[in-house]
Amino acid sequence: MKLGFYPGCSLEGSSREYNESVMAVAAGAGIELEPVPDWNCCGATAAHNMNRELGLSLPARILAKAEAAGMKEIVVPCAACYSRLKVTRHELLEDEELRRRISAIIEYDLRCEPEIINVLQFLDSRVMPAIEGRIKSPFDRRVACYYGCLLVRPHKILKFDRLEDPRSMDEIIRRIGGDPIDWAFKTECCGAGLSVSKTELVGRLSGRILEDARIRGAEAVIVACPMCHSNLDLRRGAIEKAMNRKYDMPAIFITQAVGLAMGIDPAKLGLNRHMVPVKFRERPAGKVPAGPESPAAAGEV
Amino acid sequence: MSTDAHHDKATASLAGAILEQTGVPVDKCYQCGKCSAGCPLAADMDYPPSLILRMLQAGGPELEEKVLRSYTIWVCLTCETCYSRCPMEIDIPVMMDYLRHESLRLGMTSPRAKDIIRFHRSFLDSIKYTGRLYEVGLVVDYKARSMHLLQDVKLAPKMYFKGKLNLIPETIKGLPLIRRIFSRSSKAGGEDAR
Ligand code: SF4
Ligand code: SF4
Repeated sequence: MKLGFYPGCSLEGSSREYNESVMAVAAGAGIELEPVPDWNCCGATAAHNMNRELGLSLPARILAKAEAAGMKEIVVPCAACYSRLKVTRHELLEDEELRRRISAIIEYDLRCEPEIINVLQFLDSRVMPAIEGRIKSPFDRRVACYYGCLLVRPHKILKFDRLEDPRSMDEIIRRIGGDPIDWAFKTECCGAGLSVSKTELVGRLSGRILEDARIRGAEAVIVACPMCHSNLDLRRGAIEKAMNRKYDMPAIFITQAVGLAMGIDPAKLGLNRHMVPVKFRERPAGKVPAGPESPAAAGEV
Repeated sequence: MSTDAHHDKATASLAGAILEQTGVPVDKCYQCGKCSAGCPLAADMDYPPSLILRMLQAGGPELEEKVLRSYTIWVCLTCETCYSRCPMEIDIPVMMDYLRHESLRLGMTSPRAKDIIRFHRSFLDSIKYTGRLYEVGLVVDYKARSMHLLQDVKLAPKMYFKGKLNLIPETIKGLPLIRRIFSRSSKAGGEDAR
């Protein structure tokens, strides 16, 4: 099976372990991911915050390159790129005048044919069916599935999963043998693009997320976005400063968890690249993972 | 409810311009406060999102200028929580984009937002130079613009040894088109992207 693929800038740089794990998992499931030819940056928050047409034209050129290459579906692992591409496609399909204007800017008569698929949809519909029954080492860990903002919102455009309490990632974790916790911060914002310009804010927002996961006894936070990952991993210093405590809980990409369950070498999944080392508590085989630290603090869930 | 007279007044106002340009109906907000209750940054804003809507409803040059000069519109992260919870389905993030563009166009950006805006500019420059985001260049450029020279110096070597930093930018073949996209977009709302 061959699918279009848009890695986006983070996956080629600071989140290359996400790229490595997406590629390794796809290869293990017999799927070929073909990059959109000569792809450009989607413009992220900066473009749509600063200039409306730029915010639409940059993603539109990506769609154009994919469409011209005959791609029907594009897998987009970065939640932020996914959101920009999905929103742009939606806006252009809704507004013919706008579609024409943007087409003129990008010098391509865009029909918006390629469908945009996020990493959870990719895993659920393509990877899991191919690997079911081939789980080599169950990922039997108690984890907090963190979706962040852009995989689920705005629901009217994305139409993906449940808005306040999504389940798709939890379901994937269960299928690879893990134990996803119930918690309150699945879709709270990590601080996203303010990572460099307002690091202290990110420390606080991401800190609340880690704190809830910790109180409820998670061994790791599972993420599906390079921005969420870098805020929870790279910005651990800012988090610890904001929360005034140490956290050793790793943040792991969902594709790394799936890859581990498939028996892929951790180095091929880039697990050595995280700032917060990926180490799990030792526990005797067959023993139930530790529960929440205190039921009162965790609340009734 | 809206009479013709009201309508005429509305188009001259900022709320009217928002409706016309983005389709977001500011007048439909009934101040339930759900947007502000769920906004992860409400505590950091000078006016929480529901208050921005109230100020726009009341209108008048003074309040409108306060909105355009607010820190709120820049610290808003487009997390979309407000929009997904608003009982009136008011698309606050789209409205925020419009307010940012107007604030840039009129030169009214909040001084407190200068680092956020500098970061956006460095980000866009990186795309203009290579077609992609070159992270090392972005951070260096931002540091030079903001003079926060020492920020993150401890992180960089660690990232390098983890293989997370590309020291050489990659330039795409379609760069001339990207440049044309920038210059054509500059005429649209918001900042001159050239
Ligand atoms: S949630 Fe909607 S109706 Fe309620 S105050 Fe905010 S914008 Fe107004
Ligand atoms: S989109 Fe902006 S205003 Fe709305 S909840 Fe998020 S940060 Fe607050």
